[in-house]
Amino acid sequence: MSANYTPAEMMTVAAARALTNDDVCFVGIGAPSAACNLARLTHAPDIVLIYESGTIETKPNILPLSIGDGELCETALVTVSVPEMFRYWLQGGRITTGFLGGAQIDKFANLNTTVVGPYEKPEVRLPGGGGAPEIATSCGQIFITMSHKKRAFVEKIDFVTSLGHGLGGDDRAKHGVTTKGPTKVLTDLCILEPDPKSKELTVVSLHPGVTREQVIESTGWPIKFSDKLAETPAPTAAELKVLRDIQARTKAAHGEAA
Amino acid sequence: MAAILSLAEAVEEHLRDGDIIAMEGFTHLIPFAAGHEIIRQGRKRLTLIRMTPDLIYDQMIGMGCGEKVVFSWGGNPGVGSLHRFRDAHENGWPNKISIEEHSHAAMANAFDAGAAGLPFAAFRGYRGAELKRVNPNIKEITCPFTGEKLAAVPAIKLDVAVVHAQKADRKGNVLFEGIVGVQKQAVLAAKRSIVTVEEVVDTLAPHSPNAVILPGWTVSAVVHVPGGAHPSYAHGYYKRDNAFYKKWDAISRDRDSFRAWIGEHVLRKGPDAFAVHAKKAA
Repeated sequence: MSANYTPAEMMTVAAARALTNDDVCFVGIGAPSAACNLARLTHAPDIVLIYESGTIETKPNILPLSIGDGELCETALVTVSVPEMFRYWLQGGRITTGFLGGAQIDKFANLNTTVVGPYEKPEVRLPGGGGAPEIATSCGQIFITMSHKKRAFVEKIDFVTSLGHGLGGDDRAKHGVTTKGPTKVLTDLCILEPDPKSKELTVVSLHPGVTREQVIESTGWPIKFSDKLAETPAPTAAELKVLRDIQARTKAAHGEAA
Repeated sequence: MAAILSLAEAVEEHLRDGDIIAMEGFTHLIPFAAGHEIIRQGRKRLTLIRMTPDLIYDQMIGMGCGEKVVFSWGGNPGVGSLHRFRDAHENGWPNKISIEEHSHAAMANAFDAGAAGLPFAAFRGYRGAELKRVNPNIKEITCPFTGEKLAAVPAIKLDVAVVHAQKADRKGNVLFEGIVGVQKQAVLAAKRSIVTVEEVVDTLAPHSPNAVILPGWTVSAVVHVPGGAHPSYAHGYYKRDNAFYKKWDAISRDRDSFRAWIGEHVLRKGPDAFAVHAKKAA
């Protein structure tokens, strides 16, 4: 790509744009955190960001390395205990949008962050679910950001850490879940949305310069494209400046010894 | 009434081989100095409960303190794997450990149920999630009023809770501020508890009437260990040492470099070594 931005920056910008000023957002570390704060610092200044460490309405000046960095608490409206966070705020249905990522995703947006290989004898042991199993079912909708690679976008995930659309169709509801589940997957190549009926992820927008072949080669199942395939607008200079500024502040802050 | 003890005395008196313990602190206020003391005293066969095992359990597991780990997210936050945890679980070094894996919501609810003296926690969770296939402690119950199916997990009941806090007064009343995690629940779910603190003061006042305070009569031992949460942090005192969390990846990846680090920074040091990290914010 000869553009003046990286695919990772395009992914973060696309994810940020999906958020609105009215969202109450449950934020995970990494790409979701960058996207949520980019949204807050650009088009969605009143977005409510909540981290599972208990910080509500946090406005970090640098991106946290961990989910419980001091920056999150110091810039929050209020900080509650972790049981309160999960019981009242997440389970209580106060969150409109949850952000998740994973090591593996399947065509129905089920996610694996637990193991590659069998659970009892893993080839790669990943950190585990953390908040994801209940974030996936308690938030109004879920956005997913992940780097688009064949080993991550797989026909069958090795472990269902968190429910997406299950086996497709109305399978999600059969688990007693009434929330929408994954409505967007934002990668470094494209934007995918579940088909309204089958719930199979479908490419709805390609990022500038990305070809269908690239997406096909980077996906472990025969990927479908929307009839109305769009091109994602490139990041604006303003979006890139805000994103790079916060990342530079973050790098400087995390590099310093305590 | 909490006794104000040295760290060596507190661990000697209250924490035994084979105990079920939780050393809590959600990224914040992780009781590292106490973990180092447990390593120095060579405790074995512990059941180690923590939502995020973090570096503290990585260190203790690598030194053979653990027999079982109960957890919900087992990584080095923002960095990668906990290599000692994985080496013990996958290769049995230095000893085999078993795991019981949950979600954060399940553990937060289980701590809450433990503090409330209930036998189990019920919550809307694990729907469509595969952990319930591999963890027999995740069950389903039906609400007797609405018929809704809910997840159930056993309450966390501890022999010992070990936590770090900002301040205690001389009666052993303890004040927590900032990200308070599940520390209060852990102490109230435990038979015995050890609280390390940044400062021992004459009075905790002034504080909000709604502050998170554990009365001294709920705590077994209070220990003054300034800097005792490093490389995690103490809100109002010192920041999280994110650079050290990154460095730990290389230190812990290799068994020999891990042992060398523990030798230099744990076995040949005492709790006073943490004081260098203690700085009260202006």
